[in-house]
Amino acid sequence: MELVTDILAGKTRAVARAVSIVENNSHDKEALIDALHDYTGHAAVWGITGPPGAGKSTLADCLIQKERDAGKKVAVIAVDPSSPFTGGALLGDRLRMQTHAVDPGVFIRSMASRGHLGGISAGTLDAVKIFDAAGFDTIIVETIGVGQTEIEIIELSDIVMLVLVPGMGDEIQAMKAGIMEIGDVYVVNKSDKDGAQRLKAEIEYVLMLKEQTNGDPSPGILMTSSRDNTGIDELHIHLTQLYHERTRNGMLSVRRKKRIKKEMDDIFNRKVQDLIEKELSLSANSSTWIEKVYRKEIKLYSFINNTLAEFERSNKK
Amino acid sequence: MSEKIRIEIAKPGLDGHDRGAKYIARALKDAGYEVIYTGIRQTPESIVATAIQEDVDFVGLSLLSGAHNELFPRVVELLKEQDAGDIIVFGGGVIPEEDLDFLKTHGIQAIFRPGTPISDVIAFIESTRKGHAA
Repeated sequence: MELVTDILAGKTRAVARAVSIVENNSHDKEALIDALHDYTGHAAVWGITGPPGAGKSTLADCLIQKERDAGKKVAVIAVDPSSPFTGGALLGDRLRMQTHAVDPGVFIRSMASRGHLGGISAGTLDAVKIFDAAGFDTIIVETIGVGQTEIEIIELSDIVMLVLVPGMGDEIQAMKAGIMEIGDVYVVNKSDKDGAQRLKAEIEYVLMLKEQTNGDPSPGILMTSSRDNTGIDELHIHLTQLYHERTRNGMLSVRRKKRIKKEMDDIFNRKVQDLIEKELSLSANSSTWIEKVYRKEIKLYSFINNTLAEFERSNKK
Repeated sequence: MSEKIRIEIAKPGLDGHDRGAKYIARALKDAGYEVIYTGIRQTPESIVATAIQEDVDFVGLSLLSGAHNELFPRVVELLKEQDAGDIIVFGGGVIPEEDLDFLKTHGIQAIFRPGTPISDVIAFIESTRKGHAA
């Protein structure tokens, strides 16, 4: 594929087109991703997540600068929500990073969630692979503004930053399951605001409880203010060191294998689902079946088990 | 999953009057398009770099300072230079009638002046989008 050669050469238009291919789930997608497979695994993938308005894009902007100063090529994938009603989206994250628009060492791509839950879009993971193969050293993935359970970012990043801001609730909020458990690095942003120290203390408390229960070492908590440009150096150094440490102690490969497992499960599931849909003509038959279940002519579990058993038998012949 | 039309809305030049640009960005989102909004004070270079990275189908430019005759054609020119001449450029803002022909001949495919209903913009997008039977 000519496209693959151009991606590997880092040509902007080819990379942009390729991201559209995975985003649109076009039929060239599978061949493209397989062709790039051998060239992936070199980039460091940093995830940034947190509630809407926490300052994720502005923080990403600051980190782009730090990575550029260190001579790295940086790609950013910024995900924003699609409207569940119209399918449209207003992608405004790159507005905060627009100073880097003409830097050839920076590639910013906005993606709409397109109905995918979990804080990223269905094409995000494949987009990461494209940037990786195209020679970007660092890939920053910014999720949509998340609530409490959109945690898919953990599956595609080497390091997850959870960005929080003061004034979003008491420590019970922080103790709840889900989002608060996924940070490898906790960032208290807008630290110039009232309540920042208290928020830090609350996070420390929650993480201390966690450490006492399962013995995991506590992640770092860093205070930043993008407005005053404070704490950014420290955050950047922390991220760089953490990445090196994880490369050295094997954590990085453990994590990446987990990612492959999740991805493999997902692809298998999707393909099996497609197969069942095709073989059993699911959508064509379902209204008849629904009617039968409703009239109590058949029972859900026995009907489905019988149907699948029959499908299995006919395939063995 | 199907192909989505992606549109960049940008304000080149130095005026900060972004009400129109924001209005159109929101209206196009509500019409079901994916809109990339880049904000005020963009250079033709940053607008074009964004259009290519974001793989957009359209670039919509909004300008109220009077510099449209310089900046709009410059965007078209840069797109062509970077082998992205297939991206369709349209514009809006306070643009005098006598400039319309000049802009058209310089590759701006449509100009929407104050008072244009949003349905006109959508009709333009739908009739010029890729894959549309010409």
